[in-house]
Amino acid sequence: MENIIKVKGVKTEFDDRVIHKNISLSVPKGSIYGLLGPSGCGKTTLLKEMVMLQEFHGGTIEVLGKSLKNISYDDAMSLRRQWGVLFQMGALFSSLSIRDNIALPLVEYTDLSEAMISEIVAFKINIVGLKASDAHLYPSQISGGMKKKAALARALAMDPKLLFLDEPTSGLDPISSRDFDALILKLRDLLGLTIVMVSHDLRSIYDTLDYAAVLDDKKVVYEGNLDNIFSVENNFIKTFFSGVQR
Amino acid sequence: MNYSSFRFIDTKDALSLKFKGELTLYNLTLYQKQVEGAFFSKEKKIILDLSELEFIDTAGALFLNNLQKKLHTKKVQFEIDCKHQDVLAMLLLVQKQSLTTSAVQKKKKRNYIEKLGENSYKNYLSFLSFLAFMGELFMHKLHYLFSFKSIRYKEMAFEINESAIKAFGIIALTSFLIGVVIAYQSSVQLKQYGANIFIVDMLGLSVLRELSPLITAIVIAGRSGSAFTAQIGAMKITQELEAMQTMGFDPFRFLVLPKIAALMLTMPIMIFVSDVMAIIGGMVVANLDLGITVDMFLDRFSNVIAVRHFLVGIFKGPFFAFLIAAIAIYRGLLVKDDTQSIGFNTTKSVVESIFAVIICDAVFSIAFTNLGI
Repeated sequence: MENIIKVKGVKTEFDDRVIHKNISLSVPKGSIYGLLGPSGCGKTTLLKEMVMLQEFHGGTIEVLGKSLKNISYDDAMSLRRQWGVLFQMGALFSSLSIRDNIALPLVEYTDLSEAMISEIVAFKINIVGLKASDAHLYPSQISGGMKKKAALARALAMDPKLLFLDEPTSGLDPISSRDFDALILKLRDLLGLTIVMVSHDLRSIYDTLDYAAVLDDKKVVYEGNLDNIFSVENNFIKTFFSGVQR
Repeated sequence: MNYSSFRFIDTKDALSLKFKGELTLYNLTLYQKQVEGAFFSKEKKIILDLSELEFIDTAGALFLNNLQKKLHTKKVQFEIDCKHQDVLAMLLLVQKQSLTTSAVQKKKKRNYIEKLGENSYKNYLSFLSFLAFMGELFMHKLHYLFSFKSIRYKEMAFEINESAIKAFGIIALTSFLIGVVIAYQSSVQLKQYGANIFIVDMLGLSVLRELSPLITAIVIAGRSGSAFTAQIGAMKITQELEAMQTMGFDPFRFLVLPKIAALMLTMPIMIFVSDVMAIIGGMVVANLDLGITVDMFLDRFSNVIAVRHFLVGIFKGPFFAFLIAAIAIYRGLLVKDDTQSIGFNTTKSVVESIFAVIICDAVFSIAFTNLGI
């Protein structure tokens, strides 16, 4: 299968603190791919490197066929239109209503009519399970779960091929978390997305992920599907995964 | 209920430490003193008598654990007498944890030279990062100079309203008062020489050339500059800036340039308003205190004050505006992921931009004087 993201030998250092030593992994097209590992192992940093928010200091990262090192301005812009990112706290623009948040990329990047944009926004609001009546609320007026859904709708506004989720279920109650998992699966099937997510939520990991990479001790200790996760000897994997039966 | 107690029971072949009731944070220090004051000889066996102890917390258990260690290293024989399940469980927990707990290292103290070096290096780095910011800003300006389509007129209009038009009131009031004060102070001196009419020369020159631009810049730095820093800082904390970047919305284009352009465009207008209000303030005092009528004042004004003085003041506007906006935004982008750094950077932004404005004013002052303007 075609790989949509290829990470090879990536090295990251903050001052003299080494975060990644030699990270290599690849994300197949159409899969839900998880970045797992103990706190502070650099999962979010790696995710940020993939979306060009964080520089890395060695190796290569290739996203949708373009290498991120020394990428040209135009390539970078076109990449940014082909992915969506869901931040941990949603990161909705606080000065805009939910509707305007979702409409923003459409307004900026397309010459669609106002009516068409409204229609698309209504569709996205519906597909993530928000109510149309909430559309004119501001981010400060809605709950955490709604924020995540609204942020997901915004990430989906441009119909991206690739979706990055940073701890999508953190801070949600268990029922909302399961709903969110179901939503992610549904979206993948409906829209044919490739999804990369950082997660700590064991249920959501087992329910949604096709493949996973476990980061520990500055490198990838396991990559593949979850069935063979115990094939490697690692403390984190043992304590993290042994708690729950599939 | 204070039923807890501690005492030594000295028998012939053993010294028993009898704890009774509770051993917790609250009574630990008292007991600790007594125990530390005691002398443990190798000959006598020590009995830690916990048989009547009903409750122990982690602090108490830690204390007992340390005591055991101490006795162990001194090679004093000891035994624990305890049957209470909860107490034993707590002791065991502490004992187990203490094997894997390593002491928290005290932060290394640095001497003055080290601190001085570190601070200088940090200042050097922050200077470099400011230059990098300026470079990036310049590149973006160039980029948008050639494509009028991508200028964000809507954002710019918003910023003009927020940071300039809404500031007219406070600028007008401050300038009026400054005009009154300057005129009033100098009228006392001028009256002594009967040189009343020269109030016009004095006011005209000082207000148009120096005072109005400076007052306007200081008010704007305190009012709009701090708002820029706080807004961008808050956006950084809530990851809104990162969200913009991943969506391909260049923060420079959406946030930075509209703010800078708005201030640079409106600063001359604000300085003009300030000029007018300060002169009116002076005129009022001249009329009431020195007996110079409005007609006389304006007549003299148009005779002695050349237009270039007014233009010099206006000319400074965009430069001051650029400094204020650039520093405020740079400081906003420096905000880290904690709320304290918003306050820190907002303060810094106001202080630095006022300082930069005054330096810039000094440079202009010297330059214009030497050029004979």
